[in-house]
Amino acid sequence: MSNKLRLGVFKFASCDGCQLSLLNAEDELLALAEKLEIAHFLEASSIIGAGPFDVSLVEGSISTEADLQRIKDVRRLSKTLITIGACATSGGIQALRNGASYEEFVRAVYPSPEFIHSLETATPISQHVPVDFELRGCPVNTKQLVQILVDHLHGRRIRVPNHSVCRDCKLSGTVCVTVARGLPCLGPVTQAGCGAICPEFTRGCYGCYGPAHQSNPSSLMAWLSGHQHPVEQLVPLLQNFNAAAPAFSNAAKELQEGARR
Amino acid sequence: MTSPLFLPVAELPKLLARLLELGYKVIAPTIDQEAIVYSEIQSVEDLPRGWTDEQEPGHYRIKPTSNDRYFDYVVGPHSWKKYLFPPLQLISRAISGEEGWTFETCSDAPEQLAFLGVRACELAAMKIQDRVFLDGAYVDTGYQRRREGSFVIAVNCSVASPNCFCTSMNSGPRCKTGFDLALTELDDGMFVEVGSSRGQDVIEPLSLHAATTQHLNSAENLYARTVSQVSKHLNTDDLRNRLMSNLNDGKWDSVAERCLSCTNCTMVCPTCFCSHVSEVPSLDETVVERQRKWDSCFNLEFTAVHGTPVRNDVRSRYRQWLTHKLATWHDQFGESGCVGCGRCITWCPVGIDLTVEVNAICGGES
Repeated sequence: MSNKLRLGVFKFASCDGCQLSLLNAEDELLALAEKLEIAHFLEASSIIGAGPFDVSLVEGSISTEADLQRIKDVRRLSKTLITIGACATSGGIQALRNGASYEEFVRAVYPSPEFIHSLETATPISQHVPVDFELRGCPVNTKQLVQILVDHLHGRRIRVPNHSVCRDCKLSGTVCVTVARGLPCLGPVTQAGCGAICPEFTRGCYGCYGPAHQSNPSSLMAWLSGHQHPVEQLVPLLQNFNAAAPAFSNAAKELQEGARR
Repeated sequence: MTSPLFLPVAELPKLLARLLELGYKVIAPTIDQEAIVYSEIQSVEDLPRGWTDEQEPGHYRIKPTSNDRYFDYVVGPHSWKKYLFPPLQLISRAISGEEGWTFETCSDAPEQLAFLGVRACELAAMKIQDRVFLDGAYVDTGYQRRREGSFVIAVNCSVASPNCFCTSMNSGPRCKTGFDLALTELDDGMFVEVGSSRGQDVIEPLSLHAATTQHLNSAENLYARTVSQVSKHLNTDDLRNRLMSNLNDGKWDSVAERCLSCTNCTMVCPTCFCSHVSEVPSLDETVVERQRKWDSCFNLEFTAVHGTPVRNDVRSRYRQWLTHKLATWHDQFGESGCVGCGRCITWCPVGIDLTVEVNAICGGES
């Protein structure tokens, strides 16, 4: 028996992008594999190792009846369970159906809706089983992913910064795209982690990492909608990969209700 | 010190050439990302000649002017802090070897920087950071090295933005001390004041003529005009006590409802100096780097003591920032931490105006 920690990687309703972030760690994977036994990782290998696992990475949201049971199995087999990505943390883009008409969505998307057996909502993993740590991002940042695995291996507390994207723009000298160009940007209310990529390329932040600590999207939306950004533009901005994160969904609701009044 | 000199506008390149010849890397205002930022320049062509900026709370745009002046704008999103107190610094390194751990102190390669276009409020900000980093028992040697290596060419502001309030903070717009050379841009050239022997050494070989009385009068007129353009005011009378006796005012709740706690104000502030230090191990744990990064009192984790945040809402963090900047900075450093540059107002994504908040919280008019 090897005394390496055993790693399992599991996927639920998701695009696989977060698992790819792990595979993309080309410079670190071999070193990681010396310390971790990658026992179950279907995206990387068809060898299916059985549990239990010391660490499990879980991608995706809970979207079907089968998921509901499978996540409980994964939890039971995992000493530490870490969710990776926006789907697993807040429900993902598929959570747009939450609160809307499930039937209408299925009919609009699939030519043969009778074959679709999904739950009416897509929900984060933490809503169903206890989660030890949630790594944010759409997709997660490879560097952060490797860092938390290494931290865990060495018995350090897993943590990543939870401040806004703005701080990272300022550290890299990126000029604020909202103040200097009037672009709508979720950076002030979004958790950092991506390295503030979009503003560097003259785009507003899309909120891929979800709400920052004690974020205040209502205030940002009030300001933007008062400065020539129509509700029709702002609501979809909030309704991306973290549409179901409460801070974002509440702000979207406020905007819609404000527009109706 | 020599009496003021006059540098004809056509000879500005000579000053730059002189600095480059002396081995200085010249940092100056330049246009990038639709803003006037500080960056290395190679020629006077890189300066934002014929451009100005338009500023309001939460609003900044650059636009062409009808003149061809080099310095017809105020301060932008960057400050000189990014050179004197870099956002990311490597402090030390621990390396594991056969003999156990060895420790080394890291210091950035010293660069000779010439800052061209430092405004009066920015000179005041440098003086404030000098007090923070250089006074007292613990000297920040990196800051000291960078500060001593830098050559400062100040520029007197020819315009004021609606967010400028340097006159309230007694920090401008006139550059009085803290520079090696100071320029005032007149119609046909620069009125040059020499502020140090280093400045004298740099300017001497240019063999400039003395400024005339007419130059002096034009410069004085320009100072007066800029002062008259400063429209924002902060009543600083007894401000420390007025703020500290209003710590529970309901207006703090009102600003907390708008504040995003996003850290922009502290990042653009030329005097904010907070940082955090973390140990970053390599994957194989044989090298651990100690890194220092800009941080902010608006970050929840920054307020953590024994892992628990002590300022667990936006209200308490905004109050901490404002009262430190304008009140308890006096207790700590014997002066205010604000120079009235207006950056925190311009670069707040929701346009929160420090002067308006102070007036709301503790009354503005004396």
